[in-house]
Amino acid sequence: MMQKDIKRLSLILLFAPFALWIVLLIVLPHLGMFYISLREKVAPRTYEFGLENYINFFAEPIYWNTLIRTGSMSLLVTVLALLLGFPIAYYIAKIAGHRSRGALFLMCLIPLWVSDLIRAFGWILLLRETGIISSSLQWAGLVNTPVEFLYNDATVIMGLVYTVILFMIVPLVSTLDGMDDSMIEAGYNLGGNGPTVLRRIIIPYAMPGIVSGCIVVFMLTAGSYLTPILLGGKNSSWFTEQIYDQFITRYNWESGAAFGFLLLAFTSLVVWGGLKLSGQTLNSTVARS
Amino acid sequence: MQPNTENDLECIRIQKHFGSVRAVDDVSFEIPKGSFFSILGPSGCGKTTLMRMIAGFEQPSSGDIRIKGKSVIGTPPNRRNVKMVFQHLALFPMMNVYENIAYGLRCAGASKDVIRTKVHDVLERISLPDVANREISQLSGGQKQRIAIARCMVLDPDVLLLDEPLGALDLKLREAMKIELKLLQHQFDTTFVYITHDQSEALVMSDNVAIMNQGKFVQIGTPQELYHNPSAAFVAGFVGDTNRWAGRVTRVEGNTVEVETEAGLAMRGSIRGAGALGVGDKVSAFVRPEFITATKAGTSAGQTGTGQNVIDGRVDSILFNGANSRVLVRDRAGELIEADVVLTGGPQDLKPKDDVTLSWSPEQTMSFKA
Repeated sequence: MMQKDIKRLSLILLFAPFALWIVLLIVLPHLGMFYISLREKVAPRTYEFGLENYINFFAEPIYWNTLIRTGSMSLLVTVLALLLGFPIAYYIAKIAGHRSRGALFLMCLIPLWVSDLIRAFGWILLLRETGIISSSLQWAGLVNTPVEFLYNDATVIMGLVYTVILFMIVPLVSTLDGMDDSMIEAGYNLGGNGPTVLRRIIIPYAMPGIVSGCIVVFMLTAGSYLTPILLGGKNSSWFTEQIYDQFITRYNWESGAAFGFLLLAFTSLVVWGGLKLSGQTLNSTVARS
Repeated sequence: MQPNTENDLECIRIQKHFGSVRAVDDVSFEIPKGSFFSILGPSGCGKTTLMRMIAGFEQPSSGDIRIKGKSVIGTPPNRRNVKMVFQHLALFPMMNVYENIAYGLRCAGASKDVIRTKVHDVLERISLPDVANREISQLSGGQKQRIAIARCMVLDPDVLLLDEPLGALDLKLREAMKIELKLLQHQFDTTFVYITHDQSEALVMSDNVAIMNQGKFVQIGTPQELYHNPSAAFVAGFVGDTNRWAGRVTRVEGNTVEVETEAGLAMRGSIRGAGALGVGDKVSAFVRPEFITATKAGTSAGQTGTGQNVIDGRVDSILFNGANSRVLVRDRAGELIEADVVLTGGPQDLKPKDDVTLSWSPEQTMSFKA
């Protein structure tokens, strides 16, 4: 009896930090936000219960256009991160020797040691009109006038890919690492050429890692704020910027809360669609790596 | 030189260096059509490297590999008609059995109907007609083994390479698979090249066995030849169980020698292997346990023929294993000698502490220059 109680107590104690974190920092604030998002401001300090905030979003094209734009650019970033990250992960997991593997992995991690903000300012130093790239080009005589590389979509996408690619590489390396080299050799031995082996053996095997990396990268990108704002400036029209505006600039918490939930619903929908398309489940991907 | 099309596989003076290490050193052999050839050697002897060169995953530093008389040097692995069963089988876990077997046919561009008939044919031949839609994880160890072979055989290869595929199986299944592999080889009538460090696998299944050590082929021959007429001390010691003595030659008489072992035992043996023996030369003498007769001291001492080696000793322990039972006998010099005995369970059986006389013929005392 005593034994059983002690066991139960230790279980509760182990679970407590997680439960507190989830309940206090995730569930309660979200419930509060959801409650706020359902309030309609009819007059100063008078509220009514209703869906007005959500209806507003769909009534105003600029809002949902921004959301669609954020979603599609995030998808583009995810695809680019996958295309760039896969060869890197493959090199680390399969081609690099045992000794260099750790060093390469560490090199991928180094950018994380510097905060997002500092890294974004680093890009600004490089890319602004008076920045290093622009002045180098002028010095080399390739252009006559200073060039502004900041404040366009390409720069935003590049900056985002740079920020999130690590979260693509890590799950890919761990799945590819678990793949027996003889599986690839068997693919060749049975008559497959390079593209066939990649398409029929390596990619299907790495699918859980690919999907899990894509989910993480997509969520991080769609919810990112610093990089699109600093590199894209006022033109970036990132949806998180809309939410920020509602909360801080317009002091419209009701609308901001509604936008927040719409972003959550939208990204969840995209992830769900991606899982359905790739035939994977959350259990076989994110929970595994 | 006229290429010999009777041989499925020929290797001519193959060498492979990794830096200063000679993994495979001047290996030549040929394997006639439809035979079961084993390469037997201790781990690290270069047998896996040799196999990877035949499959095309490594390039030899020098020498030539010919399949059906045609050199395949420079041919990438996917264009060689040599298929391989990997040590851990390397079945594709994301495909089911049907897809695993169909993979190679798809790569070869076969039509859907052809693929379906061929896959079902080959499953029929390995007597697993109903597993086509199973996942790999649902198969037993022996079934996986057969699927891995079927996946190769469906492509009708000139040579099938097997890289210790029985290593991961438990003992009972391994015994059963040995026989099954031999039967499958007969059935498909394809040349099998089997790599192993397990001598019983090699002896049971093969038509010919090559003994490999430190990158070189020491001897190629039928299992019987290797067992009864080893050409080198390494082969005598590696193939089969044996008693081994190191000693010096005290007298040479035609093809027989008198040897005094380091412990002071005197015995007569027959000269084997290359190199003439002279008085004072170091020798290694090998006697297989089944050629040593152990009798209780005093009972039948007179029955030993003249010229036999006779040693007295005392039974140290009995190693009972049914028909393969042995006794360990400690001789006067304190060394242990193994001898096969028949244990019937009756009162005549040898028991520990019995005094025994061991005898064996000089013919069976294989003496090699050390």
